[in-house]
Amino acid sequence: MKALRFLTLTRGRQRLHWTDVLSYAYLLAGLFVMFAPVLWLVMSSFKTESAIGQFPPSFLPYSQKTVVVQGHDKPLPLFRVAGEGGQTRVLAQVSRIGIMATMVDPAQPDQTVQVNIRERVPVNELKFATSNYTDLFGKFTFGAYLWNSVFITVVATLLTLLFNSMAAFALSKYQFRGQKAVFLLIIATLMIPPTIILVPVFLVINSVSLLNSLWGVILPAVATPTGVFLLRQYMLTIPDELIEAARMDHASEWRIYWRIVLPLSAPALAVLAIFSVMWRWNDFLLPLIVLSKSEFFTLQLALNSFQGELNTQWHYLLAMTVITLLPVTLVFAFLQRYITTGIASAGVK
Amino acid sequence: MQFLSFFFNLLEPLFKLGQRWLGTSRLGWLFVGPNLLVFGLFTFLPILINLVYAITGGVNLMPVQRPYTGAENFQILFECQDYFDLATCRKDVFWRAMFNTLKFSVLQVALMVLFSLVTAMVLNRKIIGRGFWRGVFFYPVLLSPVVVALIWKWLLQSQGVFNAGLVALDMPPVEWLTEGGWAFFWTVFVSIWAHMGFYTLILLAGLQAIPSDLYEAAQMDRASPLRTLTRITLPLLMPNLIVVLVLAAIRAVQVFDEVFVLTGGGPGSATTFIVQFIYQTGFAEQIHLYGLAAAASLSLAIFLILLTLAQLRLTRASQAGQKVK
Repeated sequence: MKALRFLTLTRGRQRLHWTDVLSYAYLLAGLFVMFAPVLWLVMSSFKTESAIGQFPPSFLPYSQKTVVVQGHDKPLPLFRVAGEGGQTRVLAQVSRIGIMATMVDPAQPDQTVQVNIRERVPVNELKFATSNYTDLFGKFTFGAYLWNSVFITVVATLLTLLFNSMAAFALSKYQFRGQKAVFLLIIATLMIPPTIILVPVFLVINSVSLLNSLWGVILPAVATPTGVFLLRQYMLTIPDELIEAARMDHASEWRIYWRIVLPLSAPALAVLAIFSVMWRWNDFLLPLIVLSKSEFFTLQLALNSFQGELNTQWHYLLAMTVITLLPVTLVFAFLQRYITTGIASAGVK
Repeated sequence: MQFLSFFFNLLEPLFKLGQRWLGTSRLGWLFVGPNLLVFGLFTFLPILINLVYAITGGVNLMPVQRPYTGAENFQILFECQDYFDLATCRKDVFWRAMFNTLKFSVLQVALMVLFSLVTAMVLNRKIIGRGFWRGVFFYPVLLSPVVVALIWKWLLQSQGVFNAGLVALDMPPVEWLTEGGWAFFWTVFVSIWAHMGFYTLILLAGLQAIPSDLYEAAQMDRASPLRTLTRITLPLLMPNLIVVLVLAAIRAVQVFDEVFVLTGGGPGSATTFIVQFIYQTGFAEQIHLYGLAAAASLSLAIFLILLTLAQLRLTRASQAGQKVK
């Protein structure tokens, strides 16, 4: 009963009512559940390879301190060792056999000490392993994946805007025979989920020989019923008198389309552009069946194939994931209001 | 900008020619042309071919080279010796995938509607920074399914933060993603986490459209909060609730990418859903059984049509109900 009162109250009070407290508690919990996983991922992506395997994991990217000791090629890991008499010393580990470790004082490189591994604690320091990110471009063909994703997203979005606005223009500003049928046909495709026609779409893409081509992912996606619908509804609000006036001035129909109607539809075009970028950047199933050679992989496919490998190199995989979610996060941070109002008005994603 | 106008000017002669030949009003066909071409090639044509695939067999991709097999594909999918024992079915994975999908959809949709309704109601109260809070719940909607799955996979892996928490509480660690029951739970949880914001937004729009004087009148009449909820909020929110219910159901039935990356359908077939079955039969296994995959798609399509029809029925019923009131 009390919970119901809390849920149904819509009017605020002067003082902070206990239901308000509950609301904010709920919202804060939501903030934690929604963002903490992402934050954890981002912090983990800065951990070194050895730090990422540590259990229990830490939130901040701590990694073991190393030191260069004379007479050893590689930097040696540092440990804090409890010596006799209660004082602790910081020693570098040379090698370890069984439970005994051979250690050396960095100040006196000649003397080695045998230490039981239970008596030592690693010396950790806060270090952001940016090499996880820089390595991606050197060691892997990550640049190619990034390029494929960007190319598909940009080209498909431009074509989507062009094709859909042309169709919307025809469906809102002309009266021709069969216009209604065309509109209904396009809207009907909203009802047909792409997963259902997966096999024949594969056949069509194969027979126009677009398998393993970025265009095989771009072309099937450029005609979106959502886009046509969104733009048509917007263009209906543009007064016909403007178009009549332009016709009086002997403007060609094409010129009317791109000089008058397109600029006036800018808000709707912007919403569609945001949607289209999101759709294409996040697309998975269509690229999965069309692009099977790794040189054509998009970021999503690369992430998927990378995580499926036996020895998942989590430090690279996490960095890759962060780069993949970065553009969407930026778009969201700056255009949140357009996206949410766009969805609320169109009722589509 | 200059490039843009160059590009558009380039297309102008084509449309001028079209205008001369077709006349102004029929020029519309030229404008919808590219869109229709893409739709025809990649949506309408595939629908027809899908029917052909479903009634033909063999491993050839080209429909003309496939032998006619009638209802055999459907027989393979649906035939069981004993319908009370899944192991005796010819394709027991298909049945398991169907049951999993059904279980998943019912659970996920119910919880999705519940959580997004509560969230929308909280967001509809007078709170500071509503835009920010709305954004908080909406953010995961924008993430790609692969990214969503990887975020949770990283938290849930055997050395992950969830197990660290358990160990800190002196409890034995759990293999979250390789124990059937837990894996299923997390597929439901993660998909709600990822999509809840979208439905919250639709419900919030509905709540904000309810005139506030109704609530004022209810307050004057000293209506209890329960009565206010069942007599004002829920009935007026019904159209939005139905939209949410049906959209969520249609999406839940088609769940694929997140689960595919998160659990790969495992352990065993504990989280194998129907679209993954289609993908695996048609594309991932050694022999690509396109006919079988198409038959499964068709079964899914019939199911979705039934869902959509149910939506129409529900909408009409609720509209009729409102008129009576």
